[in-house]
Amino acid sequence: MSPTPSRLPHAADAEPPRRRGKLRWNPAALAVAPTFILVAISVYGFIAWSTVISFTNSKYFPQYDFVGFSQYVRLWESDRWNTSVINLLLFSVGFALISLVLGLIIAIFLDQKIRAESTLRMIYLYPMAISLIVTGIAWKWILNPGTGIEHLLRSWGWESASFNWLIDPKMAVYTLVIAAVWQTAGFVMAIFLAGLRGVDSEIVKAAQLEGAGAFRIYTCIIIPMLRTSMFSAIVILVYQAVRSFDLVVAMTNGGPGYSSDLPTTFMYNSTFLRGQMAQGSASAVMILLVVIAIVVPYLYAEFKHERNNSSH
Amino acid sequence: MNAITAATDIRPVTRQRSLRLANKFLRRAAVYAVLIGFAGFFLLPLVVMVFASFKDMDTILHSSILALPTSPTLQPWREAWSSACIGTSCVGLRGYYLNTILMVIPAVVISALIGAVNGYALSKFTFRGSNWVYGLILFGTFAPYQVMLVPISKLLGLLGLSNGIGGLILLHTVYGLPMTTMFFRNYFMTVPQDLIKAARVDGAGFWTTFMLIILPMSIPMIVVTVIWQFTSVWNDFLFGVSFTSGANTPIMVALNNLVSSAGGERPYNIHMAGALLSALPTLVVYLLAGKYFVRGLMAGAVKG
Repeated sequence: MSPTPSRLPHAADAEPPRRRGKLRWNPAALAVAPTFILVAISVYGFIAWSTVISFTNSKYFPQYDFVGFSQYVRLWESDRWNTSVINLLLFSVGFALISLVLGLIIAIFLDQKIRAESTLRMIYLYPMAISLIVTGIAWKWILNPGTGIEHLLRSWGWESASFNWLIDPKMAVYTLVIAAVWQTAGFVMAIFLAGLRGVDSEIVKAAQLEGAGAFRIYTCIIIPMLRTSMFSAIVILVYQAVRSFDLVVAMTNGGPGYSSDLPTTFMYNSTFLRGQMAQGSASAVMILLVVIAIVVPYLYAEFKHERNNSSH
Repeated sequence: MNAITAATDIRPVTRQRSLRLANKFLRRAAVYAVLIGFAGFFLLPLVVMVFASFKDMDTILHSSILALPTSPTLQPWREAWSSACIGTSCVGLRGYYLNTILMVIPAVVISALIGAVNGYALSKFTFRGSNWVYGLILFGTFAPYQVMLVPISKLLGLLGLSNGIGGLILLHTVYGLPMTTMFFRNYFMTVPQDLIKAARVDGAGFWTTFMLIILPMSIPMIVVTVIWQFTSVWNDFLFGVSFTSGANTPIMVALNNLVSSAGGERPYNIHMAGALLSALPTLVVYLLAGKYFVRGLMAGAVKG
């Protein structure tokens, strides 16, 4: 079965070297084995462990007195959890929608053969290099009624100006949207810009010859061609929203009260601060389920796409 | 060519044509205005922080966030670095900086190296179940850490690594592996299989091929991975806040403690200087190697 080099037929090049006998694949499998074992333990093993804890009555330490689904029932009866879930919905929809619109607009404007394009791109993207803690601190300072925008507007003579979302329980969650959009919109721009650069210019030229205006060309031809970029961007944005933790801690710390809590801060508080480990684990499992629902179809689609491409 | 002939054309232009030119100019101006406006939005927080970090507290309280520091002072930076109160100890961010450097370097180097080997093995060799192995590792990139925190803290306790930089190095290395593996795997997918075959014909095995052929050609990807890992480990908050406390925390946790610990009048100028100090390393890396940073971003999102 092991072909000598001289007999190697050219057509076999495309075929993966799967059937080349044991010695051929062993080193690769061996090389990946340590990582695979580490991931198996530290990702899948730990997920299983947390899931087990979520079915117990653990408080400050894991204990294995099983109580069935009662932690989940309690979770969904808890006001604080439901508030955090609603906040996550508001936050992720606001954050994803605004980032998509801004990112798309900036990308289209930047795609007009702009001078200094690379400098502008650097400016739009630098927030991605900054931690969410620093982002939170900066925006907290800007949105702080005593020192920030409200103060600025009043010093300009608009005495009754009011911008106190940060301390308004109904609006606090939207301050998170502002800061998160600022951090991520440039990234979405980069995704769309890459998509725009892949659009076939012949099609655009043909449409121009037909007399279509720029606006129509974008809305009817180019934007629909950005489906894939759009899909990636939405998945990444929603995934990021679900995972958001640092930003909340730095900006509102879940407050006022628990009005801007997210599931991640709920999880952290229950597990590490309030001695409700089983509750915390149940909430963590809920977060995991949401992430699976978002990410697994995406990864599957990417995988299939890759396989289709490589078979050509 | 067209532009040149149009510019040197000295025939009197028709009314319509000059209108069209004016129209075009206005449109260009509008495009630039929008782009510069957005640049302002993105720069605003940085500018506001820099201004505040050079003001004394009196100026802070009596000027707006957009006012230039008229009598700039370095005092806030000095205090943030060496004497600001973080929790109950007033030692500044200096020590935490060192913690973070000691944590970042080993975590980044080890996870990048192992990721390179994994990526090579998973892209250039197929073995039974290799796609499944990759898929399972890949999901590790996305799995939310919340669902692992409690087991991690138990394991760190068991290994005697609780509340220390050693534990964080281990965590960032292990949980960085899925990402680095994915980066290198996708990069090596674009390397022609013939190269590996040719090496094999010459008698080079798995490791020889890796050391002599693959590693030298993957320098751009190594840079991308190192920058990406550096940025995410430096900016980490969740692991730091969950598993370390006191003098052992990394920079972002210390910064958050600095900002939220002050009682009485909040020294905003010191907070802003501290925030800038903490953001400086990743910002400098971004300025110096932005191209690679963006490549990492895109590799992590839309696969190349």
